[in-house]
Amino acid sequence: MTRLNSIAEFEQERDTILQARATARRRITVCGGRSCAISTDGLRTALETALNKSGLDTQAQVVVTGCPGFCEQGPFVIIGTERILYTKVTPGDAPEIVAKTIGQNEVVERLLYQDPHSGRWIVHEEDVPFYKEQHRLLMKNNGMIDPTRIEDYIAQGGYKGLACALAMTPENVVQEIKRSGLRGRGGAGFPTGLKWETCRQVQGDIKYVICNADEANPGAFQDRSLVDGNPHGIVEGMIIGAYAIGAREGFVYIRHDYPATVDTLRRAIQQAGEWGLLGRNILGSGFDFDLHVHLSAGAFVCGEETALIASIEGRVSEPVPRPPFPAEKGLWGKPTNINNAKTWAAVPYVLSHGADSYANLGTEKSKGTTVFSLGGKINHAGLVEVPMGVTLRHIIYDIGGGIRGGKEFKAVQPGGPSGGCIPEDLLDLPVDYESLTAAGSMMGSGGLIVMDEDTCMVQVARYFTDFNRVESCGKCTACREGVKQMHTLLTGITTGQGKESDIALLEELGQTIKDGALCGLGKAAPNPVLTTIRYFRSEYEAHIRDKQCPAKVCYQDAAGEK
Amino acid sequence: METELAKVDSIIGKHGMDRRALISVLLDIQDEFHYLPREALERVAEKMQLPAIQVYQVARFYKAFSLKPRGKHLISVCAGTACHVQEGATLVEKVGQLLRLAPGETTEDGEFTLETTNCPGSCPLGPVMIVDGVYHSRVAVNQVDQIIQPHAGYEEATRHD
Repeated sequence: MTRLNSIAEFEQERDTILQARATARRRITVCGGRSCAISTDGLRTALETALNKSGLDTQAQVVVTGCPGFCEQGPFVIIGTERILYTKVTPGDAPEIVAKTIGQNEVVERLLYQDPHSGRWIVHEEDVPFYKEQHRLLMKNNGMIDPTRIEDYIAQGGYKGLACALAMTPENVVQEIKRSGLRGRGGAGFPTGLKWETCRQVQGDIKYVICNADEANPGAFQDRSLVDGNPHGIVEGMIIGAYAIGAREGFVYIRHDYPATVDTLRRAIQQAGEWGLLGRNILGSGFDFDLHVHLSAGAFVCGEETALIASIEGRVSEPVPRPPFPAEKGLWGKPTNINNAKTWAAVPYVLSHGADSYANLGTEKSKGTTVFSLGGKINHAGLVEVPMGVTLRHIIYDIGGGIRGGKEFKAVQPGGPSGGCIPEDLLDLPVDYESLTAAGSMMGSGGLIVMDEDTCMVQVARYFTDFNRVESCGKCTACREGVKQMHTLLTGITTGQGKESDIALLEELGQTIKDGALCGLGKAAPNPVLTTIRYFRSEYEAHIRDKQCPAKVCYQDAAGEK
Repeated sequence: METELAKVDSIIGKHGMDRRALISVLLDIQDEFHYLPREALERVAEKMQLPAIQVYQVARFYKAFSLKPRGKHLISVCAGTACHVQEGATLVEKVGQLLRLAPGETTEDGEFTLETTNCPGSCPLGPVMIVDGVYHSRVAVNQVDQIIQPHAGYEEATRHD
């Protein structure tokens, strides 16, 4: 590929790609969450073999995409632009799919998705309730594009946002992001445009942008899927952000134990460089920007900006007090802007579709869409993208298909180890930053775990407290000692050693940790404990007074019933 | 040890001497030896001109690093939230019983290491366990035996006498 030297050349190249598409062979799309537990290599080979044997390879081609999110029904095969959806496909199904759907334009009924409520067989992806009820701005390309081919991304409108941005002044790009109402998707919800503006206004020749794609939150996998399925979305967002802020170098901070994901990202960065979308004089604009991948060695505390910066600098990731904020003094002391992977991925949409288009979605204070990893005791676990402001009930029942095995819903927990558990009577709460915080939980970075009647809420609190105890960096006393003490008390309660006074002690301790901790990890660590006490107090009391576990999880060893 | 230190040197050569490369260097050493040998850490400190305590601090802090030798086969059981609420903990117990290991330990013959991992990102398919990089999804307790069995050293490691 020769470098593109202007916006006009880029647009010309895009037209060429689209023209070639119009006459291209029909696509047989195979989902390939590249490192997920399902391997689709065999399926791809079987489909290719079937095409070659039947001579239909002149009519159709096999494309492997990222994770389309409906994981529970995978692996998928999706045919053509009309997107006929086959679920739970095995390599053995390949000859029939090719012969019938490609050869004779007929649907293989037995592979269609059956609506569990109506019993209806559904042919097209867009009609499946799991997708129909979503609003997929960020996740749409997962399932549409081959993440190893930049052409696929461009054909879907990729890098159009960058072209729009480069035609604007950096100040106007910042204003556009401000007008969109986009807020940080890492969990804290700080207004992105304001963050960019602060960093832009700080004096300095050298500035950095960083993408946090580390996703150390247990029970969340949306950032990984985004990098896997649509790496250019994040790359494009970062180039736009760097242009707006005045940074010439950026880093993607990502888990070392996702090797396939890291390869996908590196390939995307290399391609963008070859096309003239990264590196020197991007699209002839005079703007230079280089992007590097930085592997993380695993530490939950790196969700805290200053801890993440320490890690990139090669140090132990302990947070430092703010101010000064990274926007003033960040990586190697230079002004630095850090955003979560989902925040960066939303930026191209805002620029290519306009701030209003984004701001029209969501609530007054929480705009746009957000992505959840829906998991736990739910029928349709997977990746779900919804406009801000929909209710938790809508996500769990209309999209997620309700509770698995006909069990009773008990709680849902957004925000992972930092979030709180939300009970049944708050299920009509709108999903936005303020409402979830008011309920003692938080938006978090995207985990959404559903719990049923068989889940013991004291054990859940103990589980998260144990996680936070291990992940505490140990720097400040409130977090290091306080979380440890909460864990000891909770362990006592679940093993029959609990005292009446423990509940009040946990509440007092929780509040003290919130007030005294240095960073977000410590400040949020008591949330699972405080919310389970607030909404499920009777379970604590049953453990302490009656030595009974209402969910029949604790005490089972002693009774020999396990 | 000399050939091994040559490997360390070549890893440092690849990443450069700058402090920012420290974590990448240690990750590659961990990949090479499956743990961070003391001699390797000392070499890193010497070559990168860092106080040994700072190298040790980083090696001790991050989850990816192990200061103890690990087994030839690594069994990671997900302890993330989605797997946890789907009885992931019973998988850890089962592997532990079979190999007589607690999480973080290695069998005496150096064949198997058991560890829990926070979340490998396969939540809808939980509980998940990963053996030598291969993902096993929706694992039931009675399947654990079959999953580990094909690996060399299994007979030896599970002989309970």
